[in-house]
Amino acid sequence: MAKQSAKSPAPMMTDPKGQTLVCLRTLSESEPATLATYLKLGGYQSLKRLVTEKTKATDIITEVKISGLRGRGGAGFPTGLKWSFMPRYFDGVKYLVCNTDEGEPGTFKDRDIIRYNPHQLIEGMAIAAYTLGARVGYNYIHGEIWQDYETFEAALKEAKEAGYLGENLFGTNFSFDLYAVHGYGAYICGEETALIESIEGKKGQPRFKPPFPASYGVFGKPTNVNNTESYASIPWIMQYGGQAFADLGVANSGGTKLFSVSGHVEKPGNYEVKMGTPFAELLAMAGGVWQGRKLKAVIPGGPSTAVIPASVMESTTMDYDGLSKARSSLGAGSMIVMDDSTCMVKALHRLSYFFYEESCGQCTPCREGTGWVYRVLDRIVKGQGKMEDLDLLTDISKNISGRTICALGEAAATPVISFIKHFRAEFEYYIEHGKSMVDSKAEQG
Amino acid sequence: MLSPQITEKIDYELTKYPADQRQAAVMSALRIVQTERGWLSQESMSEVAAYIGMPEIAVMEVASFYNMYDLAPVGKYKISICTNISCMLRNSDEIVDHLKHKLGVEFNQVSADGKFCLKEGECMGACGGAPLMIINNHTMHEFLTPAKVDAILDELK
Amino acid sequence: MLNIEIDGKALEVEHGSSIIDAADKVGIAIPRFCYHPKLSVAANCRMCLVQVENFNKPLPACATPVADGMKIFTRSKSAIEAQKSVMEFLLINHPLDCPICDQGGECDLQDVAVAYGTSGSRYTEEKRVVFNKNIGPLVSTDMTRCIQCTRCVRFLQEVGGIMELGMVGRGEHAEITAYVDKSVNSELSGNIIDLCPVGALTSKPYRYSARSWELTRRPSIAPHDGLGSHIEVHVKDNKVMRVLPREKDSINECWLSDRDRFSYEGLNSPDRLKVPMIKHNGNWVETDWKTALEFVAGQIKDVTSEHGGDALGVLVSPNSTMEEGYLAKQLATALNCGNVDYRLRQTDFRLDGKRMGTPWMGCNIHEIEDLDRILVIGSNLRNEHPLLAKRFRKAVANGAELSIISPLDNNPLMDIAHKVIVRPNDMVNVLGQVLKAMSGLQRLSLCLPPSLNQLLEEIKVRPNTQAIAESMAGHGKDYDLIAPKVGIFIGNMALSDPRFTEMYSMAEAIGGISGAKGGILPAASNSTGMHMMGVMPSSSGMHARAMLEVPRKAYLIVNIEPELDCQHAALAKAAMQKAECVVALTAYKSSALEHADILLPIAPFSETSGTFMSMEGRVQSFAAAVKPLGECRPAWKVLRVLANTLGLPGFDYETSEQVKQAIFAGEKPSAVVWRSLNNNLKDLVEIQINIKHDGLQRIGEVPQYESDPIVRRSLPLKKTKYNIKPMARMSAAQLADLGLQEGDQVLVKQDKGSAVLTVKLDNHVAKGCVRVAAAHEDTIGLGDLMGDITVEKLTTKQLAAYQAGLKEAHA
Ligand SMILES: Cc1cc2nc3c(=O)[nH]c(=O)nc-3n(C[C@H](O)[C@H](O)[C@H](O)COP(=O)(O)O)c2cc1C
Ligand code: SF4
Ligand code: FES
Repeated sequence: MAKQSAKSPAPMMTDPKGQTLVCLRTLSESEPATLATYLKLGGYQSLKRLVTEKTKATDIITEVKISGLRGRGGAGFPTGLKWSFMPRYFDGVKYLVCNTDEGEPGTFKDRDIIRYNPHQLIEGMAIAAYTLGARVGYNYIHGEIWQDYETFEAALKEAKEAGYLGENLFGTNFSFDLYAVHGYGAYICGEETALIESIEGKKGQPRFKPPFPASYGVFGKPTNVNNTESYASIPWIMQYGGQAFADLGVANSGGTKLFSVSGHVEKPGNYEVKMGTPFAELLAMAGGVWQGRKLKAVIPGGPSTAVIPASVMESTTMDYDGLSKARSSLGAGSMIVMDDSTCMVKALHRLSYFFYEESCGQCTPCREGTGWVYRVLDRIVKGQGKMEDLDLLTDISKNISGRTICALGEAAATPVISFIKHFRAEFEYYIEHGKSMVDSKAEQG
Repeated sequence: MLSPQITEKIDYELTKYPADQRQAAVMSALRIVQTERGWLSQESMSEVAAYIGMPEIAVMEVASFYNMYDLAPVGKYKISICTNISCMLRNSDEIVDHLKHKLGVEFNQVSADGKFCLKEGECMGACGGAPLMIINNHTMHEFLTPAKVDAILDELK
Repeated sequence: MLNIEIDGKALEVEHGSSIIDAADKVGIAIPRFCYHPKLSVAANCRMCLVQVENFNKPLPACATPVADGMKIFTRSKSAIEAQKSVMEFLLINHPLDCPICDQGGECDLQDVAVAYGTSGSRYTEEKRVVFNKNIGPLVSTDMTRCIQCTRCVRFLQEVGGIMELGMVGRGEHAEITAYVDKSVNSELSGNIIDLCPVGALTSKPYRYSARSWELTRRPSIAPHDGLGSHIEVHVKDNKVMRVLPREKDSINECWLSDRDRFSYEGLNSPDRLKVPMIKHNGNWVETDWKTALEFVAGQIKDVTSEHGGDALGVLVSPNSTMEEGYLAKQLATALNCGNVDYRLRQTDFRLDGKRMGTPWMGCNIHEIEDLDRILVIGSNLRNEHPLLAKRFRKAVANGAELSIISPLDNNPLMDIAHKVIVRPNDMVNVLGQVLKAMSGLQRLSLCLPPSLNQLLEEIKVRPNTQAIAESMAGHGKDYDLIAPKVGIFIGNMALSDPRFTEMYSMAEAIGGISGAKGGILPAASNSTGMHMMGVMPSSSGMHARAMLEVPRKAYLIVNIEPELDCQHAALAKAAMQKAECVVALTAYKSSALEHADILLPIAPFSETSGTFMSMEGRVQSFAAAVKPLGECRPAWKVLRVLANTLGLPGFDYETSEQVKQAIFAGEKPSAVVWRSLNNNLKDLVEIQINIKHDGLQRIGEVPQYESDPIVRRSLPLKKTKYNIKPMARMSAAQLADLGLQEGDQVLVKQDKGSAVLTVKLDNHVAKGCVRVAAAHEDTIGLGDLMGDITVEKLTTKQLAAYQAGLKEAHA
């Protein structure tokens, strides 16, 4: 960064639970969501400094690149690199979009950002807008978390009244309007181009890419889309420097990550920890497997990432490379924990229903394939499975994967392929006996 | 006719978009109308189409694409309960059975007194609070137990 | 230019082409369903997946732009695997009952499945069933067959200009439908039948009447509007079973208007006249051709020898072929009769003798798409030229500014930049304003002829006309358009207006100073051809209107129903009534012909050979698709034999081709046409701009599906929403002025004629006007299409009395 002096040394941020709070740093305060709290922590100072000092966009982007921040929406694309794709010169309005549509089962981290630390997101977006020359921004919020949508709208109002949003901020010619908009129950709108269509008042059907949003986004204008957590990391990076952020994590995975832990743990919820934290540590934070049961499997990043059996999971670290070594991925950090009472056939049955219901219906393989997979699994669960169904399921899933406009195809295929791969015996048992292996075991005591 | 209360709210949403992009406000407009009227009838969709200035069929495409819009009456209280994996792992089935039994309905049915409708929802982005349900789209209740469900239903008149 | 390789074949392609376009160019077939070259790219069917070097996933050929050095494999292992799997997915929910499907034998899905699929299905679960929708009288649905390619949705939105179909619901539950119980009303709706790659959308009138392999396909030319669309007539057992478009990019592209597609039902109407008939003591009796022709010859001879050739009037339909028009004219001339005309719906003939050539549309059809600024005068485009309207729509989508001056404010389904909606009479003044404003614009300070300048002096330019002028001059949205391509077009309402001369002259002057292309948009399939051949009165003869105003002793009418096809229904009726002898060459028996004396059954376009010349001057000949019905004969032959029977010299044609030779005097048609087409006037006509006129004016539009005898008899078209009974349609302001309300019964009067009509609120009508459709039996008592009219409210009592009177008159 041009003015190193402006940066403060990074504070110690470990909270009593063992979390390292960046995106949720107001959580340690009594009224986390208020502007006052955020200001107390140095909020909006980075924005003000960058804007009033007329910091060059390229310097900001370089800092983001140094931070090692990778997109927190699931794909892990380096944020600094993405920002550099935005056209610098454009005759007209450029847009900024924040993706708070998390609807992938097990994902609920962005909700906590907008309800506990909305101003950090607003500041992050304003910094991005300044950097990318965007005049208008939209935060697209999952429809079901309506109360949090209202919290965020209130925060926007506060920020606008305090002069952090609107026209000619800090007396400069930088202006940025930010609005909250909402989904209304469609998982696919988490996909960035579906989300853009939805902002435009259409069905959320993904667009074919290219052109990418950076050249053809909202209303056909250049648009940058990032996840909530990605934007919310920006103010901290600007405040304490990219290197400090990178140092929080490990190689290839800078910073902290919010993990949504759900399922069979004692204390489900969000945990913000350093990248590279061992799985065991994270599990312990969440109170361990509930009711003293044994861990069976973990879906580490949401159902679109492959399931990992307990044996492998126990020695894995929570970062991009660690999970890819375990043949899965970090995804959005949505960790679904399953104990040994879980029937993997029924779990997959439920997940396949989700993808079947949520496919937008545009592409043939996804529309037809997800329904086919679900119907076969449904038959198996009803005791009418055939052994050849297992290969058929894998084959259908492979035929969906990679042949659709958006990644929902892969997302739908991954659980099927990985569940059957790792727990084939359980599926075979179900087909052979017409009932679940786990239930049978339970009956036998 | 859309009431002035409704159009005022839609007009607010319209301020978020460029003047030539009125269609962008259709998601909000449908939400506002549905909140006021309980569900989206054909007339409601036509009125929204006329107000926003877009083809009726395009409004219907939107209204039928997103789960939270209801194109049929849903009683006074629509209860959407998530049964997806994280909730399922925390026994949402038990809550579903309890609700079905208590209300005397299956999914997508309206109770005999016309008060309740039970819907199976997909992931609501709040799995940390599983099992959970939403009443009339906008009020979420988390960490449900049968006893807690009873208490919530008792509150609803 | 980029160098790429497809399946080992090296080729050069243009920057920006897609893989599928490149492959199509070299004849490498890539299967597809959603892709259509005339529609936006959806890339949703995934059938066109191909392998591209350096990509680990197969890519959709329709949506992937080529890049230099790209190596594409359409039949590699990975490509074939992808194609097979997509095919398998497409078929799992699709019924496998081709033998009973109406699309069987011409189904893309069937063809591609055979070529790219595997035999046998691994799918054993339940199939999806989708309820059918009723989307109107033309298109039948079988929605379980739909593969969700969305071509139909995109067509109506992008080409039709209005979204009438959508895909509602999500995922596998998604269904194509119109809004709740609405129908698809686009005048281009039939095209979705062709576009649908499966049997989900099929032709309702044609449905289950034949299998595609039983049909013989004959090329022909559409016979209704001046576009000259290429059609293919499908025939079984000497009957026209259906009509489809033939691709002709410069004319109709791959589309067809519903009128051209479904009018064929009128060819098979029970109303067809099959044998010659003569009226004997008020009763029609069938007869043979020889008797009939001798009778006709006798009558004509009697009249002409006693009263001279000019006692005869010859009226020819502008939808008749060039050969027919030519022979009708030749026959009249041989009989010393100067009264010939095809301009049946025109009332202002002051330009006769003042033109430098044949008026035409002034450019090629496809050129419309490239225009920057367009002015349309007095045309309800979608009603008059449904498919041409699409070209204008394309131009506007490309950024052209469209200005409209018209008495009707109908939605053309495209953005209008400027419009002035006024009474026909005031359109002249408005055009004067535009002219004055234009001549005042800096860059265009061209001199108007002094006479015009003087005329314009009195005129006050208003802001909206100023805006039109600025737009035409290249100012406006893109200020930097130094030399905009401008087009000015005059439509049917202006053509039938009593002040057509003024409108035309003004438009010509505006065109002159703006360097515009353009001209008239004549209504019928052969209007331009008829004009070029001079199927018009001799210098001493009478034009169509005069022939009716000053009734003739005898009429020879070719292919028309006078009360429905002429400008002034009441006059036409009276003239026919009064005449001693009316000889009708007609394909139909018709109540509109009850005043004829002899009906000679002629072959409609499908049963004869002939030539039409389109509005862009294209001379297009066609052969008969089927043999004439019953005793019907091609009209050119009837006219020739009639001439022979009359003993007139010079009628030795053996074939229609020989008549065509005579028309073009052995020259290449295009050479003759090229010399002839010219929209300029020889000299300025006496014009008056400010005629005060306060009375009500009628706007007598001819509804799309009433435009000629064939269309009128197409039942499916009759069932569309365009077929509404004529009403007295007025704006709210006009209703208030007259103290009327919607639903009131009114007596409308023109000259001596009248009709009782229901009042209808129609805010598309200019104040001071009443829109009363013509070409309908309810309004044949009325007069000029565009003329003065009065409206009186009827009390219940008066209404009853009036109706009783009518009954009496009929009895
Ligand atoms: C089916 C599907 C669902 C997605 N859902 C989300 C989501 O809920 N939230 C999100 O931020 N990204 C989601 N994504 C990823 C987005 O498309 C996009 O990559 C992301 O918002 C970019 O932000 P980032 O670079 O900051 O991660 C989803 C992608 C797919 C294919
Ligand atoms: S009806 Fe035909 S054209 Fe329309 S989406 Fe279905 S298959 Fe495609
Ligand atoms: S033709 Fe390319 S995806 Fe349909």
